Amino acid sequence: MKAKHQRLVLVLLALVALVGAALLAVYALRNQASYFYLPEQMQADPPAVGQAVRLGGMVAPGSLETLSDGITVTFTVTGREASAIPVRYAGILPDLFVEGSGVVAEGRLAADGTFEADNLLAKHDENYVPRELQEMSEHQAAEMAEETTVGLE
Amino acid sequence: MHGFANPKRFLALAGWLTPVLLTGGLLLTAAALFWGFTQVPPDRLMGETVRIIFIHVPTAWLGMGGWTAIAISSLVFLVWRHPLAAIAARGAAVPGLVFTIICLVTGSVWGRPTWGTWWVWDGRLTSMLVLAFLYIAYIALAQAAQREGISARIPAIFGLLGAVNIPIINRSVVWWNSLHQPPSITMGKSAIDGVFLVPLLVAVLGFSLIFGGVVLARMRALLADIQAEARLRRRAMEAD
Repeated sequence: MKAKHQRLVLVLLALVALVGAALLAVYALRNQASYFYLPEQMQADPPAVGQAVRLGGMVAPGSLETLSDGITVTFTVTGREASAIPVRYAGILPDLFVEGSGVVAEGRLAADGTFEADNLLAKHDENYVPRELQEMSEHQAAEMAEETTVGLE
Repeated sequence: MHGFANPKRFLALAGWLTPVLLTGGLLLTAAALFWGFTQVPPDRLMGETVRIIFIHVPTAWLGMGGWTAIAISSLVFLVWRHPLAAIAARGAAVPGLVFTIICLVTGSVWGRPTWGTWWVWDGRLTSMLVLAFLYIAYIALAQAAQREGISARIPAIFGLLGAVNIPIINRSVVWWNSLHQPPSITMGKSAIDGVFLVPLLVAVLGFSLIFGGVVLARMRALLADIQAEARLRRRAMEAD
């Protein structure tokens, strides 16, 4: 075996070991490194009441309501498996906060199962679509119709 | 492969390729940015801020591409001992760092109106910040190796070690819940509408050419540096 082949084998072995170690670390971190709980995760394994956590998911269409004080809003955050968590928040809503769109709420779970949010972050999805798109798919058109009518009723 | 390891042949090639890449890259980038900033319609949700994509995405890709180049060059240097490979790795470090920082800054500026925050510690943002720190450490280490006469193998090993972060950045939005959205462009598929995608790809090409030109220019400067140092050392020995 030539010296450079020996070096190649050594370097590749070291790389395989390194990547293996990194993958194990990433696997061990998969819960801690997540930025937020999904609704189904929060229902299956709820954090302690009062513990500061984040909840992320989709704002359920038709669930956004402004309470009589004019500042507090309530809405439902849904996840993949039709699980839903009610959220209450008092403050200014981010510009991109709309029903049917993604949201990350920072706050804590209250004893009655409501999520009390101190802060809301809007989550953008991976789709980039211009406003005046002519050939919208039906789904997108319905989504847009929904968005443009929010707050009109 | 050994043909390119010859510094003289490399310098002759780099001599005319550097201005070609830089001019072509600057022209393409200017055209893509003009197109993206003035001709493209606003996004349905983000409005005008979507235009940041034409800087943010190319610089993000090249920030990661720079470290990939460092890792591959380091491997070639460690196994085949090509001296030019070590120079190539060092040449990619500074532009890689600059592009990573541009990506972080434009991402932060974009996050404020879109998400409602300048910065969050989610998987994607954190791993990209780690990449910037890795670049800074690599640049310091490679400089120390040249000045203090430490073996060039040490920065090369660090270049390989740091490559572990690249797949983590790439997969961070898939493995973990993150505020950053999942990838829009995957193998053969794009969730970005054509009006945004075409100027984006032109910008990627333009920024890549600039990156390549800067790497070549850096490599020529590093080679000249090493030659000048060797000449000074020889002269000092003759004077003794």
